[in-house]
Amino acid sequence: MADLERLEQGHGLDRPAPVLEPGQTFASVEEKISDLVLKRPLHPGWLFGFGLAFAVTMLLLYALTWLLIKGVGIWGVNIPVAWGFAIANFVWWIGIGHAGTLISAILLLLNQKWRTSINRFAEAMTLFAVACAGLFPLFHMGRPWAFYWLLPYPNTMSLWPQFRSPLVWDCFAVGTYFTVSLLFWYQGLLPDLAAMRDRARHPWAHVVYGFLALGWRGSAIHWKFYETGYWLLAALATPLVVSVHSIVSMDFAVAQVPGWHSTIFPPYFVAGAILSGFAMVLTLSIPLRKFYGLEAFVTQRHLENMAKVLLVTSLIVAYGYAEETLMAWYSGDPYDWYIIVNRAFGGYGFAYWLLLACNVLVPQTLWFRKARTNIAWLFVLSLIVQLGMWTERVVIVVQSLHRDFMPSAWQTYYPTFWDWATLFGTIGLFAALFFLFIRVLPMISIHEVQELAHEAEGARAENPDVGKIAGAEA
Amino acid sequence: MSPLNPDNPRMNDDELADLRARLDTLQGPDFWRSLEEFAGTEAFHRYLQRAYPRQASAWNPAMDRRAFLSLMGASLALAGLSGCTLHQPREQIVPYIDQPDGLTPGRPQFFATAIPHNGYAQGALVTSREGRPIKVEGNPLHPATLGRSDAWMQASVLSLYDPDRSQAVVHLGQPGTWDDFFQALTAQMTALQATRGAGLRLLTGTVTSPTLAAQIGAILAQYPQARWHVWEPVGRDSVHAAARQAFGTEASTLYRFDQADVILSLDGDFLLSLPGHVRYASDFAARRRVRQGQTAMNRLYMLESVPTITGAMADFRLPVRTSRIPEATATLARALGVTVPGGYTEVLPEAWIRHAVADLQAHPGASIVVAGDHQPQEVHVLAHAMNAQLGNVGKTVVYTDPVEANVTMQAGSLVELVRDLQAGQVQTLLMWDTNPVYTAPTDLDFAGALSRVAFSAHLSQYEDETSALCQWHLPETHILEAWSDARAYDGTISLIQPLLAPLYATRTAHELLEAVRLKPSRSAHDIVRDAWQSRRNGEDFGLFWRKTLHDGLIAGSAAPPKNVTLLPNAVTALPPAPAASGLELQFAPDPTIWDGRFANNGWLQELPKPLTKLTWDNALLVSPKTAAQWNLNRQMDTDGRHPNRVDSIAIRAGSRRLTAPVWIVPGHPDDAVTLTLGYGRARCGRIGTETGVNAYVVRASDALWFVPDVEITRTGETYPLACTHTHHTMEGRDLIRVSDIAEFRRKPDVIHEHERAPERPESLIPDWRYPNEAWGMSIDTNVCIGCNACVVACQAENNIPIVGKDEVERGREMHWLRIDRYYTGSLNQPQGTYFLPVPCMHCETAPCELVCPVGATVHDRDGLNEMIYNRCVGTRYCSNNCPYKVRRFNFFHYAGGQPDPDKLNANYDNPIIKLVANPEVTIRSRGVMEKCTYCIQRIQNARIDAEVENRPLRDGEIRTACQQACPTNAIVFGNINDPNSEVARAKAQPHNYGLLTELNTRPRTTYLARFTHRSQEEAG
Repeated sequence: MADLERLEQGHGLDRPAPVLEPGQTFASVEEKISDLVLKRPLHPGWLFGFGLAFAVTMLLLYALTWLLIKGVGIWGVNIPVAWGFAIANFVWWIGIGHAGTLISAILLLLNQKWRTSINRFAEAMTLFAVACAGLFPLFHMGRPWAFYWLLPYPNTMSLWPQFRSPLVWDCFAVGTYFTVSLLFWYQGLLPDLAAMRDRARHPWAHVVYGFLALGWRGSAIHWKFYETGYWLLAALATPLVVSVHSIVSMDFAVAQVPGWHSTIFPPYFVAGAILSGFAMVLTLSIPLRKFYGLEAFVTQRHLENMAKVLLVTSLIVAYGYAEETLMAWYSGDPYDWYIIVNRAFGGYGFAYWLLLACNVLVPQTLWFRKARTNIAWLFVLSLIVQLGMWTERVVIVVQSLHRDFMPSAWQTYYPTFWDWATLFGTIGLFAALFFLFIRVLPMISIHEVQELAHEAEGARAENPDVGKIAGAEA
Repeated sequence: MSPLNPDNPRMNDDELADLRARLDTLQGPDFWRSLEEFAGTEAFHRYLQRAYPRQASAWNPAMDRRAFLSLMGASLALAGLSGCTLHQPREQIVPYIDQPDGLTPGRPQFFATAIPHNGYAQGALVTSREGRPIKVEGNPLHPATLGRSDAWMQASVLSLYDPDRSQAVVHLGQPGTWDDFFQALTAQMTALQATRGAGLRLLTGTVTSPTLAAQIGAILAQYPQARWHVWEPVGRDSVHAAARQAFGTEASTLYRFDQADVILSLDGDFLLSLPGHVRYASDFAARRRVRQGQTAMNRLYMLESVPTITGAMADFRLPVRTSRIPEATATLARALGVTVPGGYTEVLPEAWIRHAVADLQAHPGASIVVAGDHQPQEVHVLAHAMNAQLGNVGKTVVYTDPVEANVTMQAGSLVELVRDLQAGQVQTLLMWDTNPVYTAPTDLDFAGALSRVAFSAHLSQYEDETSALCQWHLPETHILEAWSDARAYDGTISLIQPLLAPLYATRTAHELLEAVRLKPSRSAHDIVRDAWQSRRNGEDFGLFWRKTLHDGLIAGSAAPPKNVTLLPNAVTALPPAPAASGLELQFAPDPTIWDGRFANNGWLQELPKPLTKLTWDNALLVSPKTAAQWNLNRQMDTDGRHPNRVDSIAIRAGSRRLTAPVWIVPGHPDDAVTLTLGYGRARCGRIGTETGVNAYVVRASDALWFVPDVEITRTGETYPLACTHTHHTMEGRDLIRVSDIAEFRRKPDVIHEHERAPERPESLIPDWRYPNEAWGMSIDTNVCIGCNACVVACQAENNIPIVGKDEVERGREMHWLRIDRYYTGSLNQPQGTYFLPVPCMHCETAPCELVCPVGATVHDRDGLNEMIYNRCVGTRYCSNNCPYKVRRFNFFHYAGGQPDPDKLNANYDNPIIKLVANPEVTIRSRGVMEKCTYCIQRIQNARIDAEVENRPLRDGEIRTACQQACPTNAIVFGNINDPNSEVARAKAQPHNYGLLTELNTRPRTTYLARFTHRSQEEAG
């Protein structure tokens, strides 16, 4: 992140846009954000969006039900391509989740104040993305009802998971990740839930928010424990940002399949995860700030910073692609080299060039400030990057498998309707959850923005207060 | 390596030249599997499409009321069958092994019998479990099999339990009874007695059964005006005609390949198609097995019109169109010193002739010239002359009296029958073991002629095309339920004993014929037994009977060698050959479903054909060069459902035409196309109907094996084919290793030269020790003929389901053992075709085990890589990490007939089919992985026996199903800890190698390299 700072400073910008538009007070912040939930009437746009997302979620249910009835053969998987869209989607969704944790935990520890107004919905995004991701390894199993055999639970037969398998590590990694993300998100919500409780007029809302607020009263001792807990969780979540996708990448790196068996995979996967994750945050935040009038909280500065992160991670990912190719050639391994050549020129070649264009070429526009400040372009670009990252996952999973060691066994994988239905179904589920989230919870952290406003006020009053956060850090 | 250009999908001459140039630059172990040698050559494949055969079935088994009723009745009847009411036949049958007190529940019994193929008995030893036969092996005592088998024998148990088998008498489309039929028959026969049988005709397939022949003889004696006609679509007319022309007498030719150093095959597929092919394969391989210090090999020269597995074994092979084989034969004969009158074109390369002739002449009395059954009689006569010239007669080539009961010119016989039918001279027609409406030459219009018969009855296992047009359809007993006898290729007589009482109200031909003699109540057992009792006067018949049933054959019943001499004027001028320019349509029996009789056998339908690796369909086979001239296309559906969608072309032969998809086969002669018989059945059950193209519709009685000057037109349509090897090249990987034997003699480690990494890298971790047995397998690619017997044997032994054409297209076939096929050399004339059977390697450091999250695949104490089905959750990670891709996944509940229960007759939930299942092997459910287990059930059985007897396991005591079936003994299994075991000795050979050992998998299955015998240098 120091790079990020340097990048930011070395770019010689006149003056970075503020992380909070001036003129916000404690009261205005709380009112603005909580009213989105409590006072804003049910908007037809929301209804339409949620309805659409819900319909697509039903498609997911339909696809999964059919899967359970018929078997995993309704997908396009075969031998040798025994993993298809499901695992690619899993990796993609997990990757998307990473940006949320990165924003909330790492940027918190690094004292990046611009994270404050985007961390809440980024964390929600993480949770929902991990939930979507989790569906895939579960349902791609031949016998999903036996999923718990991957967990070390006591049983009369003294059977344990096979701990050398990266899939077991996956179970732990994803499980831990989901748990920590949930706790972190929920704890961050507590003061805001209390604020909602206090502002809610409807008795039921009052009760529900009150229940969820766990008796938060905002006393000094609450804040003391809160801060300690929050920073501890942030510290706990930080390694997860790196470790979860590293372990996911080991599903591939540990196997000896050409195109998978590579030591570059963990960092390369993490960078890709952050790339797609930040793209998703952009995808979500741009419409949100527009439709909910949150330009004051999610400013040009946020968008520009995220664009810079995209650029950096895109470069890391590009390095990964180059490294992979170089090592395949340099190792002299004919199988690896075959895969790399086939990746570019084989049957799935179009996907490889598509991912290069989406993940490497198009993000290079972000070198230009004009592009970084063009909100419409950022939105389009965020979608392009997500398409690119999804394609990359598919290429890694499918293309590598379809041309491995024994040419006599080679087959090509084609997705079926059910593959697509499951993919889009999870997008629908994700969107539906997100629509619900923005409808019932404060999508921006009220108390943290208040803190920002306080600091901004202090700064304006020429009171060089370093701020509570710095104090807590000490 | 340009990708397919959609605007210009056709490969022009320049590109073709470029492709050839690229092929020429290949060196060393650059093998290719077919035409997609390079990515760019995908543009080369152009194929055609074809709609389903036009003869849309009027009979839809799912909808038809009668079929529904009969199925309904059968399922009620069989509801009990699946319980414990299955019983052994009432008559005494004799177990092969010593069983003191009859059947021990849980222990298999073995019964010797014989399974005729095309009429010729193949000795079998059938495993019976509590009264149900579940597995067929060869009978070790039987000369035609020597304990070995072929895919058809292996698959015969599935036909026994085929629910589509005919189960009741049908009279004019209505359900009838045997009593009705006997009544009608009696009336008919009584009437015929007055006319001394005028108007009575019998039509059968090839009959070798002495008892059946005697019965027919008795009928013909009783009804002197009656006639017996024989029709076998894959017949041997020219063999018999040639014997008469050459020797002036009937004679059969037997070959002793185990005594031949040089073999010249004139389109003779003796490894798969000739009677006695299992024995021939065994004998042939015996002279090719290479061990250190034993490097003598026979040498096979082959002229071939249709690529076959025999051609794949040839050291020198030339593709020659069927119509040119006589000229080629004459050229060779003349070079060998046989006087061939008349003129003809010499079609063979001069060097090839010189080489072959010199080689044959250098091995007088130790060479064989063998001609294909379908070749015209001139070729056979020339072959006889050449064998005589080379002094082979009496040594490697033996003549005997014919084995067939009625040596007749079948085509002529059938023509005669049809002529009489049309003339209204036939009142009564009885048919069995034949399906002429489907197989008869199309110009005869057998169906039309048949409609003029007053009384027609057809005894068959299926209610087929012929049954539908007869007044009476009679359900026939399956050979495993029947009493009978039959003769093998060498004349050896086997008794056929039933393994179980008939499942349905079926009768054998014996019983039908007794009914013709107005004795309908006699059972086949009595008929066969009495026939033998009358032949065996004056000896202890009880002893003879028991011993014959036990052994499966009558010792010493082989036909004695017959002294024949070549007539001086035997060799005549060749018939005029058709014009050289025209395109020729060739026919051949199908390597999996033969002439169509196995069309409803799912195991055989899904069995990849040895060379094309196609399943569920036949196709027009063409050479790459011819295909290039036609600009044939091959493409994929955009939805991927049909990855091998090929062009269909219409073929017109005179007024007859058909439309068929085209498949390119390297090594196919140019300017010819081949269509195998047996497909396009209109009525044969749910499996076989609507598969492939019916070749019989263009097959005329004067052109049974090829049609000259056919015309083709592109239809613009495409047709999806299901090929199990969609990628055809080996990408330069040394998966199969080939060297010339001379080079091997000089450098025994020649096949290890290209290895990239040591087989066993240094490691700090000590090797795991296996103190007891360590099981291993060795597969000798030098004698593997790719015949597929092992694949079906594995399927039968291990309850492997079939998945259907759609799933094969998806890449989900379930065979635990696949046979890879590779080519070397140029596209049009591959120098070599090689087979590599790939079962599980049972790696010592198995990559699959590392990645399974639940420990469902683990090593056992003997080093077997085991699969625990009920622990498997189906992540499929193991398959991804298996470099050999030998793991198979139940994407659907295949064993329960999913995803298409109507089309899959290997559905183990079906109460009849489930009887075929081996009770020692778990039926796998949906969502679990499976793979080769080295037949662990057989290992455990042997181990239990050894422990009970308190002795160590003996080498050779355990034989895997594939090993047992293999006709050439290419597969050896055993304990590699024991240095004296056969498998350990094989693995100690210098030409032993493992697949992909550079991955440090340390496979337990290893291979012995393939050798060619092209250099003239002889073994020291």
